[in-house]
Amino acid sequence: MSWIDIGAIDEVPLRGARVLKTNVGCVAVFRTGPDEVFAVSDTCPHKGGPLSDGIVHGQSVTCPLHNWVFDLNTGQAQGADAGHIATYPVRVDAGRIQIDGSVLRQRSVA
Amino acid sequence: MKQKLVVIGAGMASGRVLEHLTDAEPDNWDITLFNAEPRGNYNRIMLSPVLSGEKTYEEIITHDADWYAARGVTCRFGEAVTAINRDTKTVHGAGGDVPYEKLVIATGSAPFIIPVSGKDLPGVITYRDLDDTNAMVEAAGKGGSAVVIRGGLLGLEAAAGLSLRGMDVTVLHLNGHLMERQLDESAGYLLRRDLEKRGITIKTQASTKAILGKDRAEAVLLESDEILPADLVVMAVGIRPEIRLATDAGLSVARGIEIDAQMMTSDPDIFAVGECVDFNGHLFGLVAPLYDQAKVLAQTLMGDPAAFVVKDIATKLKVTGCDLFSAGDFAEGEGREDIVFRDPARGIYKRLVLEDDRLIGAVMYGDTADGNWFFGLIKDGTDIEEMRETLIFGPAYQGGGQTDPLSAVAALPPEAEICGCNGICKGQIVEAIAAGATDLGAIKATTKASASCGTCTGLVEQVLQVTLGDSFQMPTAQPICGCCDLTHEDVRRLIKSQEMKSQEAVWQELGWKTRNGCHVCRPAVNFYLLADWPVEYLDDPQSRFVNERKHANIQKDGTFSVVPRMWGGITTADELRAIADAADKYNVPTVKVTGGQRIDLLGVKGADLPFIWDDLNKAGMVSGHAYSKGLRTVKTCVGTDHCRFGTQDSTGLGIKLEKLLWGSWTPHKVKLAVSGCPRNCAEATCKDVGIICVDSGYQVSVAGAAGMDLKETEGLAVAATEQEAIDLTVAFVQLYRENAKYLDRAYKWVAKVGLDWVKERVVDDLDERKRLIAAFDLSQSIYRKDPWAEHAQQVERYQPLADLTLEAAE
Repeated sequence: MSWIDIGAIDEVPLRGARVLKTNVGCVAVFRTGPDEVFAVSDTCPHKGGPLSDGIVHGQSVTCPLHNWVFDLNTGQAQGADAGHIATYPVRVDAGRIQIDGSVLRQRSVA
Repeated sequence: MKQKLVVIGAGMASGRVLEHLTDAEPDNWDITLFNAEPRGNYNRIMLSPVLSGEKTYEEIITHDADWYAARGVTCRFGEAVTAINRDTKTVHGAGGDVPYEKLVIATGSAPFIIPVSGKDLPGVITYRDLDDTNAMVEAAGKGGSAVVIRGGLLGLEAAAGLSLRGMDVTVLHLNGHLMERQLDESAGYLLRRDLEKRGITIKTQASTKAILGKDRAEAVLLESDEILPADLVVMAVGIRPEIRLATDAGLSVARGIEIDAQMMTSDPDIFAVGECVDFNGHLFGLVAPLYDQAKVLAQTLMGDPAAFVVKDIATKLKVTGCDLFSAGDFAEGEGREDIVFRDPARGIYKRLVLEDDRLIGAVMYGDTADGNWFFGLIKDGTDIEEMRETLIFGPAYQGGGQTDPLSAVAALPPEAEICGCNGICKGQIVEAIAAGATDLGAIKATTKASASCGTCTGLVEQVLQVTLGDSFQMPTAQPICGCCDLTHEDVRRLIKSQEMKSQEAVWQELGWKTRNGCHVCRPAVNFYLLADWPVEYLDDPQSRFVNERKHANIQKDGTFSVVPRMWGGITTADELRAIADAADKYNVPTVKVTGGQRIDLLGVKGADLPFIWDDLNKAGMVSGHAYSKGLRTVKTCVGTDHCRFGTQDSTGLGIKLEKLLWGSWTPHKVKLAVSGCPRNCAEATCKDVGIICVDSGYQVSVAGAAGMDLKETEGLAVAATEQEAIDLTVAFVQLYRENAKYLDRAYKWVAKVGLDWVKERVVDDLDERKRLIAAFDLSQSIYRKDPWAEHAQQVERYQPLADLTLEAAE
């Protein structure tokens, strides 16, 4: 693991998201609770909708384009829809959000 | 050569046998059907809704004389069979003998009458068939008191129906709590409380000594010597199989007519089906096993192998508002454990009985949404050790963060049973949908699912929705979503009456099943709260769809559209210049004139939004809310300013209305138009509110549509002055805000409440009109402001949190 600081937790609205630009594409950083964050691909596998613009509920997000719902833990589409988005290790340390840079790099190689 | 089949009794079981038989082998049988009742077959389970007035007899007919005739069945309705002669193989009816090769006895059951004095008095009736039901309806029409003997399933449905019809009802029950065969004490208590709230008197441990009366029933005397006045006495004590014909014919009979698993009696040419049978000591009173028997019998008659097995059954009570569910075995016992959940404030009780890590029984009251899921666990003997801690919270809490309301239904395997009455599985419903049955009625017609007791209707609709997606419209009486059990209307009402002023309060007090709702309920609840408590409740952008959160319309490629407001469709050269500059500066690929008389800049990148808004703000323009469930546009014609036909200043009125209404949130979008004369160039008669100016004043009309539906507005009132036209419009919009279901356009809402209801409040009742206007003004003191100006100051919200591509390059 190589943790990269990407910002303060307060910069992401509660039950909201912000976008992180990376070499593997846009990553959506979600804040589902005061100290609960997730990072997943920002791109819905259905029609490419920006997931960071979706409604965040529980530990899930609903795509703003066609209401696909993804579990942020697993990246799996819920309900009748079949699809998967990449998930990235992310953590909160002393009020700062950190993402695992090694994974982002690995994926860029692959 | 057709086989001669005689069927005695046209009930639900035999009706189903004949349906199977004539479907599969229409030409092989010469069928004669006797029925003592002078009519065909109807859905007996639905007699209670007929009694309560929620349904009519016509609605519950399943097989009428025409149906039988179409299938070539000779009907002898109103004719009782008096004997079966097994030697000559004939049955004897009043209208003559009929020979048979195969005979089906489906005589059903007779109500049990307790042997007390006075039991034969007029005014003492049982509850078994349509005649009983009609007798009760007639008696209830005269009012007075009714006593129902025994508080079981049937008795309570009768009591509730009579109470709804205005009678003063007392239920006498021998046991310590109601429905003791299906419920435990706690659930029995809640049921009693709910029935008492409806004004029904419940007496438990009450034993009937006699029915008193001279020429007809007048009162009931209890063992305790208490006397209860009674114009009507309903005996709902129980049923016993109708076995007289079989006994007389010398067939083997125990409590019912004894049959084997192929439904054959002790005579190989005589079969029995339904409530009259006794299968290994089991009697049957609910419809699901009867339909199983019917299928087996039809197959036996056609020579196909089939065997009837006794299955667990679940019970629901059909009394509107009393939600109970029971299944399996819930007696206490050694090695058995209970999981109990109570919510006293909401009157909810759930109890699960476990044995060896299996669920063996479930009793639920007040919230039975998960009943079928628990019933499935009982039937399948699923090992529940893993989910034991969250088991009682139902399927939504199993297997991680499952929050999509339909996911539970979507996850069901094809063989999962949806309709218990008819034994219809999910797979059969999905096949029917694929074959073109795309609404509930068609599913009922083709599969029978939800066509009997109807309690699985919600599930069937969910299967429809899962299968059809957006093309299936859920009926309106559904819960908002899987997060709760309440309809939009209920939630709105409770937010007002219980003064709930935060989403957390709503989730907690109304028993949300998810942590913080979902994309369906959150925007609705957010709107209801801000509409009812504009001062106390703070709008939650995270509960809004992206368009309303970002104050721009998301496009299919993730870019946005920007539409500045043009009041009444009037603009200036300066504004147009600023728009042109903005289009150049932000590389706007498409500039379009909208139907609402303004200009749409399409294809703006999310990160550019605060900047383009700032530029437009500086030129004096504000958000056009082209993205919101709120006031969109007020379309106008040029009225008296330029037009030689204009009768009033339609442009001026349009601008005044837009300046008054803009920024307000509404259940769905609101579009207005003002035309200066009846030529109606502003197309006002298809808007949510349309005003047509005439010489004498202003014709205000509402509830038009020109989208999914096309509908002309309906006249609300004619206003003499411009101010009155404005007042009527504002009051109408506020009434819509206060009462409509989220995402109902005004025309849908008016169709539900009725235009007269709206007129009473907006037009006739001047105090109410004043109150509505004041409430709207209060709300507008918070919301009549430009969101773009505010968001233009929050540039960072629209930018990436960080850009790792830059770091990697270093």
